[in-house]
Amino acid sequence: MRSIPTAARGNDATLGATVIRPRGDALTRDNPDQLRDVQRVALSILNSMSKLISRPIVKPVLMRRVLCAMPAALVLGLVPSASVAQLQVQITGVGSQQFPISIASFARDGQAPPAEIDSIIRADLARSGLFRIVDAGTQPLAENASVNFGEWKGRGADALVVGSVARLADGRFDVRYRLHDTVKQTQLDGLSYVSTAADLRLTAHRIADRIYEKITGERGVFATRIAYVVQTSPKSWELHIADADGFNSQAALRSREPIISPAWAPDGTRLAYVSFESGKPVVYVHSVTTGERRAVANFRGSNSAPAWSPDGRSLAVTLTREGNSQVFLMNADGSNVRRLTTSSGIDTEPAFSTDGGSIYFTSDRGGGPQIYRMPVSGGAAQRVTFNGDYNISARVSPDGKQLAYIGRRGGRLQVYVLDLASGQEVAVTDTTSDESPSFAPNGRLLLYATEVKGRGILASASTDGRVRTRLSGPSGDIRESTWGPFIK
Amino acid sequence: MRLNHLSRGALLTASVVFALVGCSSVNLDEQPAAPIVDSSATTDTKTGPDPRAVASVDAQAGRTLDPLNDPNNPLSKRSIFFDFDSFVVKSEYQPIVQTHGSYLGTNKQRRVTIEGHTDERGGREYNLALGQKRAEAVKQRLLLLGVVDSQVETVSFGEEKPRGTGSSEDAWAQNRRADLNYR
Repeated sequence: MRSIPTAARGNDATLGATVIRPRGDALTRDNPDQLRDVQRVALSILNSMSKLISRPIVKPVLMRRVLCAMPAALVLGLVPSASVAQLQVQITGVGSQQFPISIASFARDGQAPPAEIDSIIRADLARSGLFRIVDAGTQPLAENASVNFGEWKGRGADALVVGSVARLADGRFDVRYRLHDTVKQTQLDGLSYVSTAADLRLTAHRIADRIYEKITGERGVFATRIAYVVQTSPKSWELHIADADGFNSQAALRSREPIISPAWAPDGTRLAYVSFESGKPVVYVHSVTTGERRAVANFRGSNSAPAWSPDGRSLAVTLTREGNSQVFLMNADGSNVRRLTTSSGIDTEPAFSTDGGSIYFTSDRGGGPQIYRMPVSGGAAQRVTFNGDYNISARVSPDGKQLAYIGRRGGRLQVYVLDLASGQEVAVTDTTSDESPSFAPNGRLLLYATEVKGRGILASASTDGRVRTRLSGPSGDIRESTWGPFIK
Repeated sequence: MRLNHLSRGALLTASVVFALVGCSSVNLDEQPAAPIVDSSATTDTKTGPDPRAVASVDAQAGRTLDPLNDPNNPLSKRSIFFDFDSFVVKSEYQPIVQTHGSYLGTNKQRRVTIEGHTDERGGREYNLALGQKRAEAVKQRLLLLGVVDSQVETVSFGEEKPRGTGSSEDAWAQNRRADLNYR
């Protein structure tokens, strides 16, 4: 039996996670200088990736390490490990600077676990666009194996992940991992998790989140969830909830009528959406774990486009009870309905600003649809988008500084990101039928739906558009994707 | 089935007669002469209905065809089609609006839902709003014709319920429409 000193850590305690102390080194968290050095490198990568939108995170520093530039035409295809291949990771864009990391195969005792922890971690980090995965070969490296740092550095990996998966007597799995800095030859992190077979993928995502945070200094989003709608036949719609990589997809609602516009409550336990099950669009709030649901906006006419306030207490919705589509505010239980926008045309697709003080929305008051912003307390609306004659479906970045939306230019519907301070706009995708963009809760990635060969698929992209990943979910026509919040 | 007292008696009598008739194959010559029963005294044919009468009912008789279901009635045309990105009711559809306006105006008890639809191009929520605008445009025309606001509800399905499938201009043209759906 391996003897690894354990110390419970607050935010991982629920998963049964335990910090693995480095062999011979001080605990990573107690060594801020070393962390800062690694983070400085990673943050300069983040910084360079944000260049297009002029958003410096840290002042550029003279880097000790030379970062490897990506080969110009790198296409990284990771074959799904599970027999039910729900996901394909295809990086079609190219990041110029990425952190080189190697993830060795996890050692395992006997029977293979139902999820390939190391493959999941590789796919997560690659999808983020911030990492370049350096081939680690097929030789497993156990969590407690001694590491030849020079060899891994020589291969071009500035960090190395090793780990082990062991089946426990009760059927659960003991998953242990260590993150090594091959340049400083120190351990950056070490954790052990006790996980059920069903939670192994989640455990892998949590490890990927740890690595992401240790290297970049920002929170990872791999253990978060997404929601989307899939039409499985001409008369069948399903609202799905899945892991951020598209796996573990589960239907939260099945209907013989359309479902659109799912929106996560900020606490990640409820979804608001529009269902046509009663023969017209009605807004429901649905508790994900219990399946309990109720209509919160079912007024005369159409009820649609629910958006949660950041505090989760209010919903903005589009109602037509006074004529054309207008934005209304209501309490999350459907009470206290009051009209927010007043135009003679279309005002719809409300989205709260990060501080909750403003609402962004789509309006055709100037002719074609454009994004406008107005105070939640009422008042004049200001136009926000000026390029092109069709801009819709705005979402605000978690830091409140960017807007993602769909723009139609020359007949192509694409995801755009606008830097609100500078007014600079970047096309994030190269597809032509994009819809429903949403930010990852750390603001670094966008999830959106697009079409390939007439079928709706899921895709994610870095907010600068340099790295795009195509996800494919269950069979069917996928649309209406939305990225959920951090789970507390 | 419920029988009144009188007809139950009549039936009883009739069955007695029937039973006797059933015995008629007996050779009367070999039997002592049987008394002839006069049944007319117990059969009240003056006040009761003929128990053997059959009333013929025509399921369609006395009912006129609902004009909404008559394919030859102009009211059977219940779709109004629109140009791309437009919610203007074109003049060629004005007769349809006029027909339904007159019908709803004279049949105040009738309720109609106008369902707006769009083609697949563009965002789903924006298309929902555009479909609503189409339904609302038709409603405003009806109100001008004297239809009461409470008779009409406007809803939208956006691009979610296409009539024409595929991504051809033909399919799109079928899907940019408002349907009048009577309740």
